[in-house]
Amino acid sequence: MDKIYGRPESIRNKVSTYCPGCLHGVANKIVAEVLDELGLREKSICVLPVGCGTLGLFYWNVDMISSAHGRAPAVATGIKRCSPDKFVFCYQGDGDLAAIGLSEIMHAANRGENISVVFVNNSIYGMTGGQMAPTTLENQYSTTTQKGRNPLTEGYPMKMCEIISGLQAPRYVARFSMDSPQNIIKARAGIKKAFELQIENKGFSFVELMSNCPTNWCVTPLESLEWMRENTLKVFPLGVYKEVE
Amino acid sequence: MKRHFMKGCEAIAESALRAGCTFFAGYPITPQNEIPEYMSKRMPDYGGVFVQGESEVASVNMVFGAAAVGARAMTSSSGPGISLKSEGISYIAGSKLPAVIVSVMRGGPGLGSIMPAQQDYLQATKASGHGGFRMMVFAPSTIQEAVDYTYKAFDYADRDRNPVMVLVDGCLGAMMEPVVLPEYHVASNRGEDWVLDGCLEREPRTVLSVSLTAEPQEQFNIEMEKLYESWAAKDTEVEFYEMDDAEIVLAAYGTSARIAKTAIDMLRKEGIKVGLIRPITLYPFPYEAFENMDYDIVKHVLDVEMSIPAQMVDDVRLGVLGRAEISTFGRSGGVIIGVDEIADAVRKLAKGGALNG
Ligand SMILES: Cc1ncc(C[n+]2csc(CCOP(=O)(O)OP(=O)(O)O)c2C)c(N)n1
Ligand code: SF4
Repeated sequence: MDKIYGRPESIRNKVSTYCPGCLHGVANKIVAEVLDELGLREKSICVLPVGCGTLGLFYWNVDMISSAHGRAPAVATGIKRCSPDKFVFCYQGDGDLAAIGLSEIMHAANRGENISVVFVNNSIYGMTGGQMAPTTLENQYSTTTQKGRNPLTEGYPMKMCEIISGLQAPRYVARFSMDSPQNIIKARAGIKKAFELQIENKGFSFVELMSNCPTNWCVTPLESLEWMRENTLKVFPLGVYKEVE
Repeated sequence: MKRHFMKGCEAIAESALRAGCTFFAGYPITPQNEIPEYMSKRMPDYGGVFVQGESEVASVNMVFGAAAVGARAMTSSSGPGISLKSEGISYIAGSKLPAVIVSVMRGGPGLGSIMPAQQDYLQATKASGHGGFRMMVFAPSTIQEAVDYTYKAFDYADRDRNPVMVLVDGCLGAMMEPVVLPEYHVASNRGEDWVLDGCLEREPRTVLSVSLTAEPQEQFNIEMEKLYESWAAKDTEVEFYEMDDAEIVLAAYGTSARIAKTAIDMLRKEGIKVGLIRPITLYPFPYEAFENMDYDIVKHVLDVEMSIPAQMVDDVRLGVLGRAEISTFGRSGGVIIGVDEIADAVRKLAKGGALNG
């Protein structure tokens, strides 16, 4: 019998310690599948964030560096500028990228660094226990917005694809979701597109993956997917925001 | 030997280039702007990379990335910027990576003044970031020394896989002197087993400063303590000046030490027995130089710094251990200390007067 599906080589054979139902695991896997497919594993350097995404340290089977909170795009800049022949990607959460690291992502994007950024948006700070993120929805509960996020005092959800696509240098900016198999397939294709651009030395690409955090949303994994469809996906429309061939 | 007439900051930059620095990221702040400016102009000629980061935070993290892939990498700044870089410096130390950081001091705290001062001694030697790591800190007092120690700093950084700081003040950064430049370093030391270069036909590597459990973190700290202790024995550098029969001993580093020497020459002509201990490495601090003084002769130690309150004096006290009286004399905020001021302070002590208190 032909084997038609298996663990990508770019993922280690380890038990996942992400919470049950967390889509970080899916994001890790589809990134790994694309690395395999494009033959990038042995030339990759992955820049990890602070947050649940740091756990990628245990799963990815590539060279990795763990950066300070939000600084991954700056670290990746130093890496790529010194090793232009390597494949360099950042994997960042929404607190990491859109709060503390907003400056680093904007400027790396604006310089058109030849790197790829995978941005996992779960609308909350997962690792530190469910505090408000810049991407938290209006009225959404978090441990620091216990009556729901009030835009009058906490502002509105930050939409990174919309913001980054307004810059001139980025080549590819797109938002996908991981709530269904169909959407995961599209997300995987988007990641592949982004990675290919870097291989062709075309510059900065940014893929946002809409995700969940059942633990801190205080719902079951299945309910979290429903919640995404009814809430986050309405505020963060999917699609390609910028594409320059 | 060919001598070049160079400004301090530019000489430091040129020396770094010759040491094989191939990556520089920085952010403008006075009085060190000539370093990134010089690098931006010269780096590309050497096949190196210059990036003006969007902030000090970004710049030092770019250096972190560059160091991880095996580049000899450097950044520079002044106090307010070093405060921001402290995050990245700690990550570099925590990840066991080499890097060189140049700090050109100005008056502080806060935005302070842009004039030369020595107000970042504690920042450089005690806590240049969180977590209790240490780095070697060199404090040159001439531009030639600034060149020599910048060059050496890269070797120490590589040897220990730890950040190294070259600490000067705005005075040294801005003045001009003739210097002999070092030879170009032939990069030969890369390809080590910690460099990230893609896991081609080998197991993947990780560069990280994170430990999810306590014991490995503690183990790291224990190993680092051994490293720091090894510096004290073999890497401490200090200069003695007119110390043979000195009854009054000045303790000063960098620009203050240089000015103090002129004062000593003056005072010696007046018959006052005064000498100088000049720490060249501020970390490791040359405690022994103070411990081993002949306290039957030495009556008084005068710590001279362009910092109020004095900062290095805490280390001087640890060396002297109460065996002689210690006073401090300094100017601050960007006022450069005067030869006459130091001389007057010493004369007062020589007459048996007290300075402080
Ligand atoms: C400088 C700094 N500030 C704060 C933290 C604590 N911290 C760890 S994870 C995290 C939030 C991460 O949230 P996000 O990027 O959304 O990732 P998630 O955990 O949700 O995947 C914070 C604030 C830190 N490690 N460093
Ligand atoms: S805390 Fe949230 S984001 Fe983190 S692993 Fe658990 S479910 Fe995933």
